[in-house]
Amino acid sequence: MLRDITLGQYYQTESVIHRLDPRVKLLGTVLFFVTLFCFKNPVGYAVAIVFLAVVIFLSRVPFLYMIRGMKTIVVLMLITVILNLFVTQGDPVFSYWKITITKQGIVQAATIALRISLLIIGSSIMTLTTTPNHLTDGMEKGLRFLRVIKVPVHEIAMMMSIALRFIPILLEETDKIMKAQLARGADLESGNLFKRIKAMVPILVPLFISAFRRANDLANAMEARCYRGGDGRTKMKPLKYHTRDAVAYIILFVYTVGSIFVGRLWIFNIF
Amino acid sequence: MEIVRAKDVVYEYIRRDDEGNIVGITKAVDHVNLGINKGDFVAILGHNGSGKSTLAKHFNAIFLPEEGTVWVDGMDTSDEEHLWDIRQSAGMVFQNPDNQIIAQVVEEDVGFGPENIGVPTEEIWKRVEESLKAVGMYEFRKYSPNKLSGGQKQRISIAGVLAMKPKCIVLDEPTAMLDPKGRKEVLEAVHELNKKEGVTVILITHYMEEVIDADKVFVMDGGQVVMQGTPKQVFSLVDELKELRLDVPQVTLLAYELKKRGINLPDGILTTEELVQNLRGI
Repeated sequence: MLRDITLGQYYQTESVIHRLDPRVKLLGTVLFFVTLFCFKNPVGYAVAIVFLAVVIFLSRVPFLYMIRGMKTIVVLMLITVILNLFVTQGDPVFSYWKITITKQGIVQAATIALRISLLIIGSSIMTLTTTPNHLTDGMEKGLRFLRVIKVPVHEIAMMMSIALRFIPILLEETDKIMKAQLARGADLESGNLFKRIKAMVPILVPLFISAFRRANDLANAMEARCYRGGDGRTKMKPLKYHTRDAVAYIILFVYTVGSIFVGRLWIFNIF
Repeated sequence: MEIVRAKDVVYEYIRRDDEGNIVGITKAVDHVNLGINKGDFVAILGHNGSGKSTLAKHFNAIFLPEEGTVWVDGMDTSDEEHLWDIRQSAGMVFQNPDNQIIAQVVEEDVGFGPENIGVPTEEIWKRVEESLKAVGMYEFRKYSPNKLSGGQKQRISIAGVLAMKPKCIVLDEPTAMLDPKGRKEVLEAVHELNKKEGVTVILITHYMEEVIDADKVFVMDGGQVVMQGTPKQVFSLVDELKELRLDVPQVTLLAYELKKRGINLPDGILTTEELVQNLRGI
């Protein structure tokens, strides 16, 4: 189950989206998120879904592969949906005992579910089509202006890319530790919430110890290979804009302005 | 010419209790003197806790000696001015392949070292290609390291060091976490580098089979170098090695036992062929 998380995992294939400059993809993801929160009618979401579908198609990452990563947030999504469904005030459509479901509640819950799904898929497209190193480069170069206010952009970007690299390794390790503890009779599945939380301790302690050991090893290995921060570093894959990036920026601009315009147009306000 | 020279090197691990009082001092490296010649394949042997890994970390200036001096390519490792030159001259490969690969694509990881020392972009690509070809991993350049076997990952790590054009590679138990197939792969790659590229290799290990082709062997115990010489010289001292809780290769042991029973064989037989040849001659 733990191996199913695709968030933050690179999917190796050749596509237009893979070749795009990471800065375009970063800005694209941010703009896509922004538009999602601007919509006031379903047509806006329809435009966003179509846009996302086209991007997924172009990226040539199998859709099912992408969806697998969403399984882990199903619980979070259900909680949000249920809360919105029962708590939102408005015109009741269904009532039983103390539970009332309102029209606004249904709309709100559906919107939230859709929004979370689109957010997750939108961000996973970026990480699936961009190698972490590329992503790091994109952030480093795209956010370089922040260095003026003493933000250690390079260091933050490096930390992020290392964190991403170690996600699958640590997950595998968690799996191993869990199996080792189960083999020795640890009970992880039964009991109430507190019991289960307590049962996590023998998994988390070895995991943390090993994570620290790995961090120490990695720091040694990086220093042994002359890593000394961002100054004086050259790039194996320096970022250069191509025509396709300009085209992508234009498409992005058109999508952002267009979708927000349509998404806020009062004639489509059916709720 | 000597590439690495250690003189009276001492390194201590200090154990403290909860209040920070010193409760014990372990001399992990205890007055070690050794010299390693350029172009040689040198092995440092020893069981766990013999101080061999601690000593190895001195060759790359990750550890600095508390007493004594280590010179790498003529540079004193405690001289901070030369720190990065030393690390470039003496590359290091560690035990755990997962904990030393930084990037998520093989070629980017190999390029990490050259990027750090400021090599121009086109040159980085050239070096990455050369290094990957030298360890026979070129066709995997676009792969994610997570999809490779342990032996392949170690070869990537070696390529990553090689791309910095070091004069000397220190391998700190590179095969300890590998299966026999992976071990063979890594050792073959290392031997080829030594022969073809003339890179000095310092191999830290506790596997006896890995050192029979070395030019020189140092045996460590309790932080000290207790034996040194060619593999033939070292492995002819079967009893002494046993005392140090080290095994000799099986063939060597067999020849030794045969000799003890009165069969006329020379000391320090290292390979099956050698033994067969000698037995035929009788």
